Amino acid sequence: MKSIVAEHLVRTYRNGEVKALNDLSLDVEEGTVLSVLGPNGAGKTTVVRVLTTLLTPDSGSATVGGIDVLKHPEKVREIIGLSGQYAAVDETLTGWDNLVMFGRLYHLGKKASVTRADELLERFSLTDSARRPIKTYSGGMRRRLDLAASLIVQPKVLFLDEPTTGLDPRGRQEMWGVIEELVKGGVTLLLTTQYLDEADQLADDIVVVDHGKVIARGTSDALKKQVGGERLEVVVDAAHISVTMEAVAKVSGHAASLDEGLRKVSAPVTTGATALIEVLRLLDAGGIHPLDVALKRPSLDDVFMELTGHVAEDQVVVTDSARAKKKDKKSNEKKSSKKKGAQS
Amino acid sequence: MNALMDALIITKRQLLQLARVPEVLIFSTIQPVMFVLLFRYVFGGSIATGDPGGYVQLLMPGIFVQTTAFTLAATASGLAEDMTKGLIDRFRSLPISRSALVFGRTLGDGLLNVVVLAVMGIAGFIVGWRPSSGIFKIGLAFIFLLAFGYSLSWVGIFAGLSARDARVVQNLSFLITFPLTFLSNAFAPTTGMPRPLQYVAEWNPVSTMVAACRELFGLQNHFGATANSFPSQHPLTMSLIYMVVILAIFVPLSVRKYSHANKK
Repeated sequence: MKSIVAEHLVRTYRNGEVKALNDLSLDVEEGTVLSVLGPNGAGKTTVVRVLTTLLTPDSGSATVGGIDVLKHPEKVREIIGLSGQYAAVDETLTGWDNLVMFGRLYHLGKKASVTRADELLERFSLTDSARRPIKTYSGGMRRRLDLAASLIVQPKVLFLDEPTTGLDPRGRQEMWGVIEELVKGGVTLLLTTQYLDEADQLADDIVVVDHGKVIARGTSDALKKQVGGERLEVVVDAAHISVTMEAVAKVSGHAASLDEGLRKVSAPVTTGATALIEVLRLLDAGGIHPLDVALKRPSLDDVFMELTGHVAEDQVVVTDSARAKKKDKKSNEKKSSKKKGAQS
Repeated sequence: MNALMDALIITKRQLLQLARVPEVLIFSTIQPVMFVLLFRYVFGGSIATGDPGGYVQLLMPGIFVQTTAFTLAATASGLAEDMTKGLIDRFRSLPISRSALVFGRTLGDGLLNVVVLAVMGIAGFIVGWRPSSGIFKIGLAFIFLLAFGYSLSWVGIFAGLSARDARVVQNLSFLITFPLTFLSNAFAPTTGMPRPLQYVAEWNPVSTMVAACRELFGLQNHFGATANSFPSQHPLTMSLIYMVVILAIFVPLSVRKYSHANKK
């Protein structure tokens, strides 16, 4: 049985100028995990908002747990849990306050709300900080509490919108662990992410979206297969990039692509280790000593590149300064997307 | 019934917030007390009144009304802050009545006003305010003040939902409440104003509220040159009419706006 079905969703902003959803369809089998993968502004959040009754589409239809989202939003709200991009909890209150409050708003009754809050805090290792205001929590703790809040009534269908965006690696690992536990418990999960490894790690199925459309769908293996064989990657000094690109293109037979931040030149190859030898010969002949050479199995990054023609956002995160830059960019985007009405 | 329970839980949330950050409560009471002291001692000496007990008797009703009028700003910015924090999405994805969040907030701000008015009353008493009308009428005046604050709270809800940014809301609501409270009989007699402004002040809900409170606290009705108009003759009735009209307009408008808030 399908737990989530979205058919031909269209949603435009600013009188049709911006198409956040452009005839988007997807479905999720009961008890499975679907990852909606795409860059910022691809329409991930918009589709989640439609499915969680927060936003009405211009056209198209959707059901969650067999209930029509547009006709009976109030019934849908009873069976879903939502944890968004920003921790949606009251920051002044303690974790315990928040969970009890949400329990009561789910009409659990006073006693049951307290019991449930204690249970969830325990389960998400937040018992020690239960009586501290959320303001004092780390990013990872906030997200866990936010997730706990969306699990108060044991939803049949759970929506997680970029659950690890902005978390440090440890926070991400912890969050993944928590999500994997949940999935074992049998919940149907729709998860959006711009992290390709996250989709790889957590999801049964992946849909890749870009510009409000599904551009590919399949298991992570199937998507990798779609891109084909291995990739040759060469890292060189900035001065030698153009020569290296030529060499790599020659060995590959395809145009080489460049990751400027990492000074990494890459292209698909079919000849395996032979390609490695060939490119090293060419470079050596040109007097270039590569800093790193590798033959890589395709990652979802490559899939993404292949499908969208542009690089996924998180590909360039390595150094701290790059991360800081990205953060700035993101907060700017946040501001501008607020103006447009949160269309990412 | 559930809707009321939901609203009360939201109200409780606001009280919890005050318990967690008591500074908010302290500052929201210090400010009006500061106004009492400033007006009492800075202007009080230079404004002569014919009444026994002096300026402070006239001043206190004015400051009470001004403070309750500021509820508009408090409600507006509080709600606007929730709107920007994504918290609103969680509330909207819960199986609760759509009016619960806004209704609960107006109740919470109303409760806060009870505390603020009580503290101000005590401060006023210390600096010489002596209402002379008896406990029943004094109580009625305070109920009136709370009702006035509550109805303006709904204007605040609408303002909070309309603006895109919490800081804009703050500025916007002061832009509404400041002229509203000063273009009135609250702090000085309207007779000193240019004639056209006197009419504005006359019909200003703040003026009718102040006049109504002065009556209930046992003072003469102080109105300016237009003393024969309906609001100056019947400030109590007029104030009641204003409150009903404000609620009749802004309650449905705000609830509707909230339901559609994130759909644009």
